[in-house]
Amino acid sequence: MADVLVVCESKDGKLKKSSKEALSIGAKLAASLSGKLVAFSAGGGAGELAAETGKYGAAKLVAMTEASLDRYSTEAACAAVKAVVDEVKPAVLLFSATSNGRDLAPRVGARLGVGVASDVTALEISGGKLRARRPNYSGRVVVTVEIDGAPAIATCRPNAFPIEERGGAASEVSEMAAPSTQPRAVLIETKMPEAGELSIAEADIIVSGGRGLKEAANFSYIRDLAHAINGAVGASRATVDAGWIDHQHQVGQTGRVVSPNLYIAAGISGAIQHLAGMSSSKHIVAINKDAESPIFRIADLGVVGDLFTILPALTEEVKKAKEHH
Amino acid sequence: MNSIVCISQVPDTESRIKIAADGKKIDEAGLKFIVSPYDEFALEEAIRLKEAGGGDVTVITFGPDRASQALRECLARGATKAMHIKGDSSDADSLGIARVLAAAIKSVPFDLVFLGKQGVGTDNSLVGPMLAELLDLPQLNVVTHLEIGDGKLTAHREIEGAEEILESSLPAVITAQKGLNEPRYSSLKGIMAAKKIAIETKSVGDLGLNDADIFNQRVKVVSMDLPAEKSVGRKIDGSDPAAAAKEILRYIREEAKAL
Ligand SMILES: Cc1cc2nc3c(=O)[nH]c(=O)nc-3n(C[C@H](O)[C@H](O)[C@H](O)COP(=O)(O)OP(=O)(O)OC[C@H]3O[C@@H](n4cnc5c(N)ncnc54)[C@H](O)[C@@H]3O)c2cc1C
Ligand SMILES: Nc1ncnc2c1ncn2[C@@H]1O[C@H](COP(=O)(O)O)[C@@H](O)[C@H]1O
Repeated sequence: MADVLVVCESKDGKLKKSSKEALSIGAKLAASLSGKLVAFSAGGGAGELAAETGKYGAAKLVAMTEASLDRYSTEAACAAVKAVVDEVKPAVLLFSATSNGRDLAPRVGARLGVGVASDVTALEISGGKLRARRPNYSGRVVVTVEIDGAPAIATCRPNAFPIEERGGAASEVSEMAAPSTQPRAVLIETKMPEAGELSIAEADIIVSGGRGLKEAANFSYIRDLAHAINGAVGASRATVDAGWIDHQHQVGQTGRVVSPNLYIAAGISGAIQHLAGMSSSKHIVAINKDAESPIFRIADLGVVGDLFTILPALTEEVKKAKEHH
Repeated sequence: MNSIVCISQVPDTESRIKIAADGKKIDEAGLKFIVSPYDEFALEEAIRLKEAGGGDVTVITFGPDRASQALRECLARGATKAMHIKGDSSDADSLGIARVLAAAIKSVPFDLVFLGKQGVGTDNSLVGPMLAELLDLPQLNVVTHLEIGDGKLTAHREIEGAEEILESSLPAVITAQKGLNEPRYSSLKGIMAAKKIAIETKSVGDLGLNDADIFNQRVKVVSMDLPAEKSVGRKIDGSDPAAAAKEILRYIREEAKAL
């Protein structure tokens, strides 16, 4: 009975990348517990995810197909997850640490009276219990916690867990009716940014600019490279505070914590509060004209030089490389 | 409009963090403590509502003796009442903290409860939604803009690369994100006025709660470690932009395996 339940998020009928990651680590935990992996999805197309959830190891997919669940509502989602937990009785319950996962998991935790470990970067079963690692104090310490409770709940930081296909057959679909709720907080409208702009939250590649850009218009140097390389545009707080770019782009302690495969920092000094948001990136390239700049202490490849000449040259190289493909 | 603001006192973000001898907590010796930065946005919003339409702003913290300093700071900025639930909150988990706050709030009339979207340092982002659930109230999380109407509110919430606009009935629980407002500093006049306000002090027992419920450590720290030292990367000279660009591209393709 030691199953693992993963609350999945989807978009346009496909699993979100963060959900594939949560399923992948969920499958590992289920194996350690000799249990099975169960996926949960809500909304009109929920039942159609079975092939995908199966691929990442879920034996079963619990689907609530009411279209009313298409729009996220904390209260409706909380009631839904509670109903699934009562049915599946998992030992471990995982969410992605996305905006909605972070909103929902603690509410579910309080409803069930169990503990939650948030935004974790590693998970394992040790002595039959769920253990998580999470960075604290801007990444200056790493805390290992043990989560007690039936189920033990964790939210998984996007990009921290590798996606692993298990080549399984489609999950067996089990439809469940959504509990009826009258949410008091309701979503009225979602405002999307300019078309084509990638969010830093889940991007694989981020190109970030700092005060070294000198003025707002020069963010074009960052945007051009980001566009060529298929990355998202990030920014230091100094540039956000100066009004050069929107807060959505801010990386760091008071912005977003990101861990892309590749992070390119140009004209960013590497203040501790900035590092707090990006030091868990897998590959870090820094371009700064000051050889003593702290960003070089965490860069895998540091380039001492002028961003205004290096970025355009790099953008050209990237474009050329893509043409040869 | 009566508001409650939950205040957590955290180490100054510039602090040098050391791990205590037991290997499970940080060493507080020599640390400077501040009001958690997101709680400042929460407090500012509540004070603005009070200034616009009257009512009380009650600040509440659950923490050791030193936490009363954080409440003093909030009173100096314009909070009108303060409640200090004394106890070692670092021994409680987030659900324990939320239970203490929920019990403390029961004796205070309110229309809105404000929190920070996260306590800086431990970065849990858990107490707000947990408290909303315990109070059986709607939650508006990571809010960057708030408008209060007649018995209802409109809130803007930051999500991945977009913004959501939500409506909710009152009372409600709101967690504040940067951008909600520009917090004020305390004035000398405010500091003097705050000295006249008594901080109401209670213990966990006074709230009718069992220690076992609050400190039962559903999420228990096993160890605290310094992060694995990153091996020092390579530094190259970028005075020839074309050569530097070629080397970056090689790194991106061969080592990062991106592109
Ligand atoms: C509570 C708190 C929270 C904070 N949260 C955040 C946060 O979330 N995110 C964040 O980023 N910061 C945050 N900060 C601010 C942080 O301390 C720094 O002030 C900020 O990160 C600096 O931004 P920057 O690196 O762009 O600017 P600077 O520190 O001014 O660095 C600019 C860099 O550009 C380089 N440069 C200049 N010209 C060129 C050129 N032509 N080519 C190449 N390099 C050049 C310079 O050598 C310098 O290193 C926070 C601060 C506090 C107190
Ligand atoms: N001990 C506490 N006393 C009062 N409020 C708290 C306490 N801990 C957390 N909070 C509130 O909950 C918010 C989120 O904290 P956390 O869930 O710890 O990230 C904080 O910004 C505070 O508003």
